[in-house]
Amino acid sequence: MGMTVAEKILARASGRDSVRPGDVIEPRVDLAMSHENGALVINQFLEVYKDTGLEPKVWDPGRIAIIFDHRVPAESAKTATNQKKVRDFVGAQKISKFHDIRGDQGGICHQILPENGYVRPGMVVVGTDSHTTTHGALGAFAFGIGATEMASVWTLGSVLNVEVPGTIKVVINGEFAEHVSAKDLILHIIGKLSAEGANYKVLEFHGEAIHRMPTSGRLVLCNMSVEAGATAGIVPSDAETLRYLHETAGVTGQVDIVQPDADAEYEQVVEIDITNLTFQIACPNGVDNVKPIDAVEGTKVDQIVVGSCTNGRRDDIAAVAHILQGRRVADGVRLLVFPASWKIYQECMAHGYIDDLVKAGAVVMNPGCGPCLGVHEGALGDGEVALSTTNRNFKGRMGNPKSEVFLCSPAVAAASALAGHIARPKGEPHGQPARVETEAGCLEAW
Amino acid sequence: MANLQESKPRLVVSKLGDDISTDAIYPGRFMATVLPTETPKLAFADDTELNAKLNSRTLPEGSVIVAGRNFGCGSSREQAASCLRGHGVTIVARAFARIFQQNSINLGLPTVICPELEADAGDELVIAGDHVWNETKGTKFATVPLPAARQAIIDAGGLIPYTRKRLLESRA
Ligand code: SF4
Repeated sequence: MGMTVAEKILARASGRDSVRPGDVIEPRVDLAMSHENGALVINQFLEVYKDTGLEPKVWDPGRIAIIFDHRVPAESAKTATNQKKVRDFVGAQKISKFHDIRGDQGGICHQILPENGYVRPGMVVVGTDSHTTTHGALGAFAFGIGATEMASVWTLGSVLNVEVPGTIKVVINGEFAEHVSAKDLILHIIGKLSAEGANYKVLEFHGEAIHRMPTSGRLVLCNMSVEAGATAGIVPSDAETLRYLHETAGVTGQVDIVQPDADAEYEQVVEIDITNLTFQIACPNGVDNVKPIDAVEGTKVDQIVVGSCTNGRRDDIAAVAHILQGRRVADGVRLLVFPASWKIYQECMAHGYIDDLVKAGAVVMNPGCGPCLGVHEGALGDGEVALSTTNRNFKGRMGNPKSEVFLCSPAVAAASALAGHIARPKGEPHGQPARVETEAGCLEAW
Repeated sequence: MANLQESKPRLVVSKLGDDISTDAIYPGRFMATVLPTETPKLAFADDTELNAKLNSRTLPEGSVIVAGRNFGCGSSREQAASCLRGHGVTIVARAFARIFQQNSINLGLPTVICPELEADAGDELVIAGDHVWNETKGTKFATVPLPAARQAIIDAGGLIPYTRKRLLESRA
């Protein structure tokens, strides 16, 4: 019987010919990622070695990635001390994929991994971050784990006691209407499935709309798959995957792609035609509280955030800059833009997007997680409302339980910044061409 | 799930709804605090009442928090499990989010999956074998056992001793 992409990857990684949902395996790990929470992983790792008489040594320093992104530059002495501890450990263990707080190499972990070519199709990727699902966009099996589980991976090089998850096939057909994007699609899917609809499952994306979608859009789909509870999201690798790896991520040499078998068995098939899909908004306080924009149009907002591991990529910022170009953010609204990496920041500068944004009144912040998790900058006041291209709107997520967060696409964020309230993008300003230059040279799915 | 064969009733100290996120259990602004000795005082920091109750040090041993579906959804932060473990509570929920439940198993926070559970704060529960008995209401609900592989981690005392054992075996 055929296998899904996840089953194929997990079979290979556990040295078997095949696996079935429910099998318990110990897959070898190709890439293990942490961020600032590496400080906690280090504690647990040293705990494993305690009283063993063995010298603590990670299984493979070349397969560990550590990226500082959650609180950069450090917002407190405590964070700075944790970062220092991680830096010392990285040096002592000779961990090779380390991205410090630097303009020539830094950014959000879920952007740094793809843009540096660290992720390839067929890999098993684990990360101490729930949005590790992002990397399924490049055909890997990538999932979030806790710090203690990572300490176990650092010790043994495999994940213990993994149950092979069943796979839900999500088939996307049709074409996006103008300005409607991958973010609207994944919000729509999460609304349909619910916040736990894919718990312990994999979402495998198929369909003509996925084939045409650039990697920047696929990353959005897989990033937010975890918001439906999914263990992983996967786009089977194809020509676009190879294009991204070779052209954007600088990967040289042969890359093998992994496709599901024609007779693979899926637990469920969800089919969606996006032709009539409109802008989607996740309303407070749940990512699955999704409504079409009509339901909340006109809602006054105080702060708009563009960025994060979901929508902080060049195509996202290009979409926003294009709508804002030559216009002004409405009075009474703060627009904060934080590119997902310094590489993206530089590209946006080169294309003039940063200039467009600043002239329109946006505050462009340093790449990193920024206000996304309510711990660093861009906090909300009591009773304030934010509209954000990030991925979570749980109560208190942006640092203040007395505030509310709505989630949207970059285009809706830009149109709303001009209006001062939740608004839909309407046509193109100043008769500009309807197409923006995107990474893959096509418009669908920023 | 802890291997709980018992008859002693446990007090339900709080009843929570569906989709309780790790941001609610352990707000992101405290993420720089990582030590399991320091996280418990910040459990449910934004829920003043529950936080005060947990920190009052007057909870009877083995107290229970009951919750609806998808408890622990969201971030993978392990502090959400370590902060509750520090209070010695057991979480009985209709369903758990994957990463939270794995973290709980790894750290030894007892979690019980009880899909049909009906219980309110103040009720007394007995968790025994494959059932939860609500002694106050006189009702009984089936629990879902953990797969053997995950139970093995609990039986070893958590993922750290389990991994240590595997490490020593690999060097033997
Ligand atoms: S941008 Fe937000 S969701 Fe993404 S890794 Fe950072 S904190 Fe997490």
